[in-house]
Amino acid sequence: MALDATTALAGGPMTPAGGGTLRRLARRRSTIAFLMTLPLIAVIAGLVAYPAGYAIYLATLNRRMTGFIGLGNFEILLESETFRMVIWQSCFFAVTAVILKALFGFWLASMLHHIPTKGQRIWRGMLLLPWVVPPALSTLGWWWMFDPSYSSINWVLTAIGGPAIPWLGEPWWARVSVILVNVWAGTPFFMIMYLAALKSVPDQLYEAAAIDGATGWQGLRYVTLPMMRNIISITVLFSLIVTFANYDIVRVLTNGGPRDLTHVFASYAFQVGILSGNIPRGAAVSLFMFPILAGIAFFVLRGVTQRNKEMA
Amino acid sequence: MAQVNIKKVVKEYEGGVQAVKGIDLDIGDKEFVVLVGPSGCGKSTTLRMIAGLEEITSGAIEIDGNIVNDVPPRDRDIAMVFQNYALYPHMSVYDNMAFGLMLRKFPREEIRRRVENAARILDIGPLLERKPKALSGGQRQRVAMGRAIVRDPKVFLFDEPLSNLDAKLRVQMRTEIKKVHQTVKTTTVYVTHDQVEAMTLADRVVVMNHGIIEQVGPPQVLYHSPATKFVAGFIGSPAMNFIPARLEQASGALNVRLSDGALLPVPADRTARYAGHAGREVLFGIRPEHLTAASQMEARPGLAPLSLTPEVVEPLGAETLFYCWRDGGEICAKIDPGVAAAPGVPLAMTADMNRMHIIDPATDKVL
Repeated sequence: MALDATTALAGGPMTPAGGGTLRRLARRRSTIAFLMTLPLIAVIAGLVAYPAGYAIYLATLNRRMTGFIGLGNFEILLESETFRMVIWQSCFFAVTAVILKALFGFWLASMLHHIPTKGQRIWRGMLLLPWVVPPALSTLGWWWMFDPSYSSINWVLTAIGGPAIPWLGEPWWARVSVILVNVWAGTPFFMIMYLAALKSVPDQLYEAAAIDGATGWQGLRYVTLPMMRNIISITVLFSLIVTFANYDIVRVLTNGGPRDLTHVFASYAFQVGILSGNIPRGAAVSLFMFPILAGIAFFVLRGVTQRNKEMA
Repeated sequence: MAQVNIKKVVKEYEGGVQAVKGIDLDIGDKEFVVLVGPSGCGKSTTLRMIAGLEEITSGAIEIDGNIVNDVPPRDRDIAMVFQNYALYPHMSVYDNMAFGLMLRKFPREEIRRRVENAARILDIGPLLERKPKALSGGQRQRVAMGRAIVRDPKVFLFDEPLSNLDAKLRVQMRTEIKKVHQTVKTTTVYVTHDQVEAMTLADRVVVMNHGIIEQVGPPQVLYHSPATKFVAGFIGSPAMNFIPARLEQASGALNVRLSDGALLPVPADRTARYAGHAGREVLFGIRPEHLTAASQMEARPGLAPLSLTPEVVEPLGAETLFYCWRDGGEICAKIDPGVAAAPGVPLAMTADMNRMHIIDPATDKVL
């Protein structure tokens, strides 16, 4: 009788003891859930975990990939002046670009937010274009505009009486150009995320703030920004990771030059690992930021979860 | 403490839709005025225009004698409690209440004193450190009221503050609001669609419909002497019965002839009032509580006998309601629970003709 009751509870047909155990296991919700997520687990294991693990393994090998040298590649890299410059350049590039993208993105989102819904769609679509165009292609367009002989930007500048600028020839201008193109391509992402966040702030909070005595700026500071904090931090985190890993813009625009002065981690990793044939050291370059970004991600996401618990 | 004067205020939205069609209203100092009406009647729009959250198309709103048409909400010295509370979810209860004072650069000590005082009045002292998410609906409502109280504004505005609460809490909070008003005595404008809330809270009730004011008056006046059919039907629960009838004059006396033939004599003291309408079709209005079983009424002048056959009987404990359909119209009567009423069994009733209303169907005015 007791056995009958358990089988009935498990939802299975009454079967003789023994053969029913397997069948019961297969019918358990957790077993079914595991089986159904198995394809995803396999994809993550094959396309994320394995390559990441393999990259870490590669980074610990010597140049000919015949011997284990531990953190040797990292030690050599840190001693190299070029790599220290790449670290500085990558950080400068990523931090400046993310800050500018966040500011421009917020500005555009606020403007879009105040356009009536009817006219908003076309502007939203147009403003999203830089983000949708494949970066290699759009960067090529910028490359033409920066071209020393035929630069359309310089043509405009000289036409209005300004100086011609060596966009890609002089290190600082080259860095500015790379950041400019990255900001141009990445701002729409911030814009669309911030627009969604702005839309999610209830109008009544602004009305309450207006009655409480808030000016427009105070409304922004005490209502809008705190209400958007989660989206802002997730967007910045995501963009920081993607910007640190940026490759195509540098590759197409400057190819790391002049004199390696615009290299970032990804382009330098490609140069060291693929073009110079030192795959382990290339792997070490590309892995360099991983612990730092993972640490940042941990704290940002923990903050987001905490605020979610308190507010939502 | 302040007066609010609304003068010929019109609110027209894009496309020519008029939400408020030129209303006049004077709200006295320390008065508790409730705007009531069905949804879309313009009551919330009126409140939001007083708050400065909606622009006025034409007319003028004065607070304390100053025209505030172009004054932004923050400079009107008003406080508002919203239907869904509109608490800042990222701020603690204390900060929510202190926010308005902080923006107005009050000294820290003064802010603390005011917030703690409001928390004491509303009994939310232990909640000050919590975030709104960790509060129940009733507690959030108190915080929203606290935010208004700490400011000590000229006018309190309430926009359907109780409609998100369950029935029991609503009754409790209603009492709290009345108590708070008796304590702080700030001029209050309160919007609701619930006529019970309006009747219980208001010094004066403003009944609105289709963007106009139907009638303004103390609750008892609206109940006993409604000016229009709309007010007569809107105030009171269950609603007043309206029965098509004709006023008939016979040998000096005036009678109400119901559409199904029943004849109800008009009390002598009202004959003169209706005499001019003799022979006309009218609407006979009588509240369910004035239609009672004959067995529970002592005979006195002005009672008219009437036979009704209950079709649906609703015992509510303290009283029993029954419904019957006469000539296409629903009639509701409120009888003593001791009276045996059963569906399909005719019941001898009396209509208290001293409390009846005669409505001119052409103008919908109560005669």
